[in-house]
Amino acid sequence: MLIKELTDLNGVSGNEKEVRDFILNKINNLCDSIKVDSIGNIIAYKSGKSSKQEKLKVMLSAHMDEVGFIVSGHTEKGFVKFKAVGGIDDRILPGKRVAAGKKRLAGVIGSKPIHQQDKDERNKITKIKNLYIDIGADSKEEAEKLAPLGEFISFDSEFTELGRDCIKAKALDDRVGCAVLIEVLKHSFDFDMYVCFTVQEEVGLRGAQVAAYRVMPDVALVLEGTTCADVPEVEPYECSTILGNGAALTIVDRTCYCDKEMVSFLSGVAKKNNIRFQYKQTTTGGNDAGQIQRTGTGVKTASISVPCRYIHSPVSVMSRSDFESVERLTLAALNEMNRDREFLKNLTKVN
Amino acid sequence: MGREDLYMNIIEKLKYLSETVAVAGFEKDAAEKVADLFKGYSAHVEVDRFFNVRCLKKGTDEKAKKLMITAHLDEIGFLVRSIDDKGFIGIVNVGGIDSKILLAQEVVIHGKQNITGIIGATPPHLLKAEDAGKALKISDLYVDTGYGGEELKKLVSVGDTVSFKSKVSVMNDSKASGKAFDNRASVVCLLEILEILKDFNHENDIIFVASTQEETSMVGVKTASYALLPDAAIVIDTCHGDIPDLSKDCSSTPGKGPEISIGPNLHPGMVNKMFELGKEYSIPCQKMVEAGDTGTEAWATQVSRTGIPTALLSVPVRYMHTAVETVSIEDIKYTARLAAEFAKISSIQLEKLA
Repeated sequence: MLIKELTDLNGVSGNEKEVRDFILNKINNLCDSIKVDSIGNIIAYKSGKSSKQEKLKVMLSAHMDEVGFIVSGHTEKGFVKFKAVGGIDDRILPGKRVAAGKKRLAGVIGSKPIHQQDKDERNKITKIKNLYIDIGADSKEEAEKLAPLGEFISFDSEFTELGRDCIKAKALDDRVGCAVLIEVLKHSFDFDMYVCFTVQEEVGLRGAQVAAYRVMPDVALVLEGTTCADVPEVEPYECSTILGNGAALTIVDRTCYCDKEMVSFLSGVAKKNNIRFQYKQTTTGGNDAGQIQRTGTGVKTASISVPCRYIHSPVSVMSRSDFESVERLTLAALNEMNRDREFLKNLTKVN
Repeated sequence: MGREDLYMNIIEKLKYLSETVAVAGFEKDAAEKVADLFKGYSAHVEVDRFFNVRCLKKGTDEKAKKLMITAHLDEIGFLVRSIDDKGFIGIVNVGGIDSKILLAQEVVIHGKQNITGIIGATPPHLLKAEDAGKALKISDLYVDTGYGGEELKKLVSVGDTVSFKSKVSVMNDSKASGKAFDNRASVVCLLEILEILKDFNHENDIIFVASTQEETSMVGVKTASYALLPDAAIVIDTCHGDIPDLSKDCSSTPGKGPEISIGPNLHPGMVNKMFELGKEYSIPCQKMVEAGDTGTEAWATQVSRTGIPTALLSVPVRYMHTAVETVSIEDIKYTARLAAEFAKISSIQLEKLA
C-alpha cells in the first residue's frame, strides 16, 4: 500500500531525500519533465494535451517533509540533546521511540521514573529543552559518533491498521497528499499541470514558496493532512474535522483564505459525484496554500485535506474512506476543470 | 558459545518474555509460558493457585537447605473502565504509571481479540489556558481503536486488560529497550541461572519462583514464600538506571553489574557474601543503600512465617514503568552469574550465613 510505503520513509524538514528519492522513482515515467530545485522540491511537469495557445497552469502541491527532531548536543554520560523540527506537543514525547539518522539507530526519549518524582514533578509537563534521547551510548564521544550534531531524528512508529477503516502511522501529514499526487500523475489533462512535492512545510512553508515562484501557476490545489479533534471532551464546533466524514475543504485557516470560487467549485464537484466532504470548522493550522496563494501577483488557491487525529505525533490516525474521498475529489475536480474549459479561464480572469 | 551468541541468546529470551503479556492479577497465560521455559531445566515445575511458577532444582545433599530465588513476572498495565458510544475507551491503571508517558502511546486491548489502540487526549490548542503545562490524569485519557462504539462493545468489555504495545529494540549493540523489562529482565536472569547450574552439582535445593502481582500487592511472593518455607531467599528485581534526572544515590549505572542493596530489609550475612563472590569471580556489582522498604519482594519475603534471610539483586533499568524500559544485556548476565555463584555455596556455608 502506497501510504504504508510513504509513511515508513523518514523525511524530517530539511532532510527529505529519502522521500524525494522514493517519489522520483514512482513518478519517473509519468511526466514530461522533472525538476528538483535548489531547496529540494520536486516539480513534475505534465504538458497539457490542448494545442491551444493559451494553456493555463495548474499547480498541485503536497509536502514531503514531516515533523521530527535534530541533534543539538550531547551530555557527558552519552545522552543526546535535541530540538524539535516543526510543531510538536511537548506532552507526547516522554517514553517514545525514535530513529536517528540514515541507519535509523534505535533511541528512546527518556523520562524520570514515576517512583522518583515528587508531587510537583508528577503534575508538570517537561519541556523539550529538558528532555534527552538515549541511544545506548555510554559516553559523550560514543554519542557524538552515533548521532552527531545536526543529525535528523524521526519518530519510530509502524504503519498499523486500526479497526475497520483506520490507519495509524507517523507522517500522515503529508504523505497522504503525496500519495494522492502520485495517483494524479497517472492522468493527463488539457491544461499544463505542475505537480510539486515540496519540502520544509513544517518549518514555515518554505519549499512551496520557491516552487510556486518558479511555476507561477494560475490555479493551485494543495493536498494535505489536517487536524481532526473529534475526540471526547471536545465540543462539536471545535472538532475541526470529523474522522470518516470525507474530504475536508478549508475556508480559512491561519495562513490562507482559500479562494471562494474554488471552494464552491470543489463542493459542487463533490456533490455532483457523490463524494463525501466536510468543511474544516476551525481556523487553526495552516499549510502551503498560504505561501502559494500570495506568489507573484497572486494565485487562486484551495486545499483538500484528509482529517488526521493526533497529527504531528507518531500515532496519527486517518480513515481510509476519507483518503479515498480526497483522492476521488481531486481527480473529479481536475476532470471537471478539463471538461468545463470556461471555468479555469473565468476563475483566473482579473476583474 | 561466543560472546555474540550469548548476547543473542539473552536478547531472544528477553524479546520473548517482554512481548508476553502479564498485567498484574492476570498472569495465567504468561505463567504457563514461563513454566514451559523452566521445564527445559527441571522436571519439578508447577503453577500454583496465584499463578506463581515454581521450579525446583534438587540439590545433592539429602539434608540440604532450601534457597528460593524469586523474580516477579507480572507487569504494570490497565483495565478497561468504560466504553463510550463513539468507541473511545476509558482506562484505569494497574500498578504505578506516570500519566505523562501515555499520550501517543500504543496499547493492546485484550478483548475477545487483541485490538491495537492508541492513547489520546484533548489536543494542545484546545486546552484551557489554566491547564496548559499541567499533566493530564489517567482518567482524562482515552484509547482510540478506530472502531465505532457499537462494534467495539461486542469485542471489548469493561474489565478487560490493556497492555503497552512495544517491540524490543537493540541499542548500540549493548542495550535493549522495551516494555515490562521490570521484571522480565530478572525472569531472564532466572533462566540464565538455570543454564549456569545445568551441569553443576549444588548441595542446596534451589527453588526458582516467577511470582505474580508484585506491582499491586505482592500476594504472589507472600503466598509462595509461606508455602515453600525456604532457609534463605534471593529476590531479583530491577532498579533505576542512571539518567540525567536522577541523583547518584538512587540510581546505578547500566553495564556495571547488579545493584546489591544494603539496609534493614536485607540480611547482612547474605549481602556480604554477595560482595565477596563478586570480588572472587570478578563479577562487577554496585552498592545501593536502602533505609527501609526496598519496594521489592524482599520486603514481603523477609517477614514471611518466622522470617527468611533475604538478599536483593537488582538489574539497572532506565525509564522504569514506561514502554521503553532500557537495560544493558551485560547486567542480566552479571546478575545471573552472581546469583548462580551464591546458589553453588555449600549447605553448611548457607547455614552459617543465614
